Amino acid sequence: MNTQNTMLSPELSPESLKKIDREVAKYPADQKQSAVMAALVIAQDEKGWLPKETIAAVATYLGMAPMAAYEVASFYNMYDLHPVGKYKITVCTNLPCALSGGVHAADYVKHKLGVDFNETTADGKFTLKEGECMGACGDAPVMLVNNKRMCSFMLPEQIDALLAECK
Amino acid sequence: MALIDTINPLLTTGWAKGDAGWSLKDYEARGGYKQLRRVLESKMSQDDLIAEVKKSVLRGRGGAGFPTGLKWSFMPKAAPVKYVVCNTDEGEPGTFKDRDLMRFDPHSVIEGMIIAGYAVGAKAGYNYIHGEIFETYQRFEEALDQARAAGYLGDNILGSGFSFDLFAHHGWGAYICGEETGLLESIEGKKGQPRFKPPFPANFGLYGKPTTINNTETFAAIPFILGMGGEAYLNLGKPNNGGTKLFSVSGHVNRPGNFEVPMGTPFAKLLEMAGGMRGGRKLKAVIPGGSSAPVLPGDVIMDCTMDYDSIAKAGSMLGSGAVIVMDETVCMVKALERLSYFYYEESCGQCTPCREGSGWLYRVVHRIEHGEGRPEDLDLLNRVTDNMMGKTICALADAAAFPVRSFIKHFQGEFEYHIENKKCLVDPEVQRMGSGFFKAGNV
Ligand SMILES: Cc1cc2nc3c(=O)[nH]c(=O)nc-3n(C[C@H](O)[C@H](O)[C@H](O)COP(=O)(O)O)c2cc1C
Ligand code: SF4
Ligand code: FES
Repeated sequence: MNTQNTMLSPELSPESLKKIDREVAKYPADQKQSAVMAALVIAQDEKGWLPKETIAAVATYLGMAPMAAYEVASFYNMYDLHPVGKYKITVCTNLPCALSGGVHAADYVKHKLGVDFNETTADGKFTLKEGECMGACGDAPVMLVNNKRMCSFMLPEQIDALLAECK
Repeated sequence: MALIDTINPLLTTGWAKGDAGWSLKDYEARGGYKQLRRVLESKMSQDDLIAEVKKSVLRGRGGAGFPTGLKWSFMPKAAPVKYVVCNTDEGEPGTFKDRDLMRFDPHSVIEGMIIAGYAVGAKAGYNYIHGEIFETYQRFEEALDQARAAGYLGDNILGSGFSFDLFAHHGWGAYICGEETGLLESIEGKKGQPRFKPPFPANFGLYGKPTTINNTETFAAIPFILGMGGEAYLNLGKPNNGGTKLFSVSGHVNRPGNFEVPMGTPFAKLLEMAGGMRGGRKLKAVIPGGSSAPVLPGDVIMDCTMDYDSIAKAGSMLGSGAVIVMDETVCMVKALERLSYFYYEESCGQCTPCREGSGWLYRVVHRIEHGEGRPEDLDLLNRVTDNMMGKTICALADAAAFPVRSFIKHFQGEFEYHIENKKCLVDPEVQRMGSGFFKAGNV
């Protein structure tokens, strides 16, 4: 589980900073702040979640006020401002997905893991989240693993396989 | 899900090989970047280019259906710094066409954006990509690298003297960033709260500079329009509704997926292409243009053709082309409850009527669904929507109101039954089986 990370330094690794530099280069020289969304994702990937100190480190690096970066981190749903399990599973339950089993898939995962939405399993392995439309409704039920991996057509058998694969 | 079927493939010509046909050499092999080359080599005038797009009557594919050529013509000529921005923040429930366009044919979007940059005199562009499709964002970045290496992006493109560069920016889970000025704020590294308009982006856009913002599908159509000519493109569809359109069909059909059909194709034909109703069940209702569009009863939509004008005449909107199909296993109160929750959750909170109104709508529909509805609730819901529509900075408040008003209007009896009997008209077990999740042997 990533709670331990609070004890780690809020500073970002050289690798993360290099990735952030690549993002900064996309925008006009006087608009470094534009890179804050990507930079926060890079920081979240490194730390597992976004402690306040890390958000402040990102802000300082981009030359913006820590509060401005915190506003961004708290506005967008996929930033984790609290520790999450090793695998964060987000299930889309919006109507188009629900018509093809989105809610039932979420219920199935809840049952298998013994947690509700916004809860983490006792072993710190899984956090379950409810998501909004991911723009993949034709593949319902759909789930995101750790924000970046989209899983399609998640019927019971596929869910079992996914959970088994998460070591 | 890849393309399932098409009547007149244009946008989807490149989808045939699915994940294996997206790269630059595949795109070039099917005629890609030919139109950009032609525009640059012939030194086509900006006015001629915009006139061609106007002739096509291409209307914005992001939801509002605004004529694209006209939008481009609003860009001030003299401004030294301008931008082109693509809206791939596809988060309107039911819509999943831009993701497939970007997965299977990213270069068509890139070519369309470069041509748009030339037409409006912009030297840089951004494509804002929905955070949930990070894998697609990564592919788009790869495609950008390919285009840059081949000289289609950067300084002095193909030796023409025209320079344009393009970058990808990803969202991170906020529906409101699909609204164009919320999107611009988001690129600027802020909360995605929409701006008051006017000024419109053509005058005050990204970083305060004139900006043209279009949907992914709109940009992807540009190379095809130039290839066949604006008039031929228009004639593919019907008057005032040019070309072909991608429809994302979801819900209770046998083959959900994307379908490209000419504007004006009968709904019945689209339904047939999607394999018809799941399990042969009866069509109850369809939301024809993404969750923000008013719902239409099954018998009404069966008489519609799929174009802006026909759907508007029936009382809804073609919107983003997301066709959400519901059969008789659906409880309309529960369906509305989920949509109302979505708008409540995604309101950015700047405008009181939207922030408070969307909460009221959700709570009242929620209590009806949970057997605690009161006889006066339907009037209350309608009154709350009266106080939201047209009274806010952006159209999210209207988007929250339309489903509520239309669900009540067309399915009033079902809502009344719910309030009176404190339960669904549709048997819960029937609802449960409707999703297809539970098969024999499953929990
Ligand atoms: C709440 C809200 C959400 C929107 N979401 C999207 C979206 O996901 N994709 C999109 O292209 N347009 C979306 N729009 C419409 C955009 O504001 C804008 O009209 C569109 O990107 C313009 O491009 P077009 O003219 O090519 O359609 C949304 C509008 C609102 C009010
Ligand atoms: S209408 Fe709603 S979403 Fe749009 S700006 Fe106002 S509060 Fe934000
Ligand atoms: S509703 Fe679930 S991905 Fe669109």
